Amino acid sequence: MREITQALGAAGTMIFSFDPKLSEIVLLSLRVSLTAVAIASIIGLPLGAAIAVNRFMGRRALIVVLNALMGLPPVVVGLVVYLLLSRAGPLGDLGILFTPAAMVVAQTILILPIVAALSRQVIEDAWQEYREQLRSLGAGPLTSAITLLWDTRFPLVTIVLAGFGRAAAEVGAVIIVGGNIDGVTRVMTTAIALETSKGDLPLALGLGVILLSLVLALNAAAYWVKEAAQRRYG
Amino acid sequence: MLPLVLDQVTFAVNGKTIIDRVSIEIGAGPRTIILGSNGAGKSVLMRLCHGLLEPTSGSIVWRGAGNGRQRQAMVFQRPVMLRRSALANVVYGLRLAGISPRERELRAGDVLEAVGLASVAGRPARTLSGGEQQKLAMARAWARGPEVLFLDEPTANLDPGATREVETIIGQIRASGTKIVMTTHNLGQAKRLGDEILFLSGGRLVERTPVDQFFTKPASAEADAFIRGELLWT
Repeated sequence: MREITQALGAAGTMIFSFDPKLSEIVLLSLRVSLTAVAIASIIGLPLGAAIAVNRFMGRRALIVVLNALMGLPPVVVGLVVYLLLSRAGPLGDLGILFTPAAMVVAQTILILPIVAALSRQVIEDAWQEYREQLRSLGAGPLTSAITLLWDTRFPLVTIVLAGFGRAAAEVGAVIIVGGNIDGVTRVMTTAIALETSKGDLPLALGLGVILLSLVLALNAAAYWVKEAAQRRYG
Repeated sequence: MLPLVLDQVTFAVNGKTIIDRVSIEIGAGPRTIILGSNGAGKSVLMRLCHGLLEPTSGSIVWRGAGNGRQRQAMVFQRPVMLRRSALANVVYGLRLAGISPRERELRAGDVLEAVGLASVAGRPARTLSGGEQQKLAMARAWARGPEVLFLDEPTANLDPGATREVETIIGQIRASGTKIVMTTHNLGQAKRLGDEILFLSGGRLVERTPVDQFFTKPASAEADAFIRGELLWT
């Protein structure tokens, strides 16, 4: 017990003194996960909207697969991306294995199904309500999809934040494709795993506290955005 | 684009016939009211006319010149408001009708003024009352200057006050030269707003009669029974 309180105290000191090593790790985490969530959203939101408003062969199968991919194990994604990016792999020439770029790729793959599948659900629900009205006004599939993306913007924010939470909290994919290299690819989760096994509990705990606060802040933000939007726009 | 000519139009879902060989020519001029009990096919017939549904067999042809979706409009029983301001909802309809950006704002402002919603133009549409939302739906349809306006039980969910306002707006739209085609449950409303009655029973067009004649001397036994039955409750 004394160890934990000591470690917590040390963690607090590191956080509030903006320990450079700690800051570096936190900033890299944010950079990697925010980039991944941005790319996943740019692809996933329109993809979700397109699946929601179009009828085509294999649509149901695609939806089932997307839903299933939400549960992708990070280590498996890490392994696949590792194989693709390794020297002998098909994308080995890019030379990005063990760089933040590789971590962005892995996390994007991990959260793209979450963003696409959940937004598909939200947009399709809205589509049921809007369909006749939009068709009556003469909206084609593209216009309908854009209109629905805009009209469901508040739940979509929640989905994007959920994607970010998943990316920031996972360790399996980034440790495989990033390699947890000090000062290069070390992020919060990989650092926590490493420091814990080394016995450096203050740093691990400090990172854990920051990670938790981040997730908490995100959820608070998501809740607040939705509440405010509901009040303002009905 | 009028007259609208239906020839032997049948609409069936999963083998169940909802509209049964309806042939009719709907021309400019008289206000057409589609009457019938629940499940008679009123709304489906209107959706077929408006092009939201495709007939299973038979043909629906606009015989006149100047065909196009922007020349017809429809207001639904439950208005679908986009998550944006009242004014932006009207502007959206005008954009899809291909109206130039400058004219959209002007026209939208005018039509909101005409239906008495100028004071709430900036409010999010979904925060308006049910009656205001339906008036806004009327404004959104009217702003496009349609040749034909389809109204699917537009006052079914409204209180008497809002019903009166919507009826007044229907009168204004009619006065601006738009053909009115409307379904209703309300016999009083049919008398007030209609010139001719199309009476549907079991998906068939049973009779087409001028409104005063319909209520005093219906041509068919079904219509006679319908009027007696309805009058018990009104």
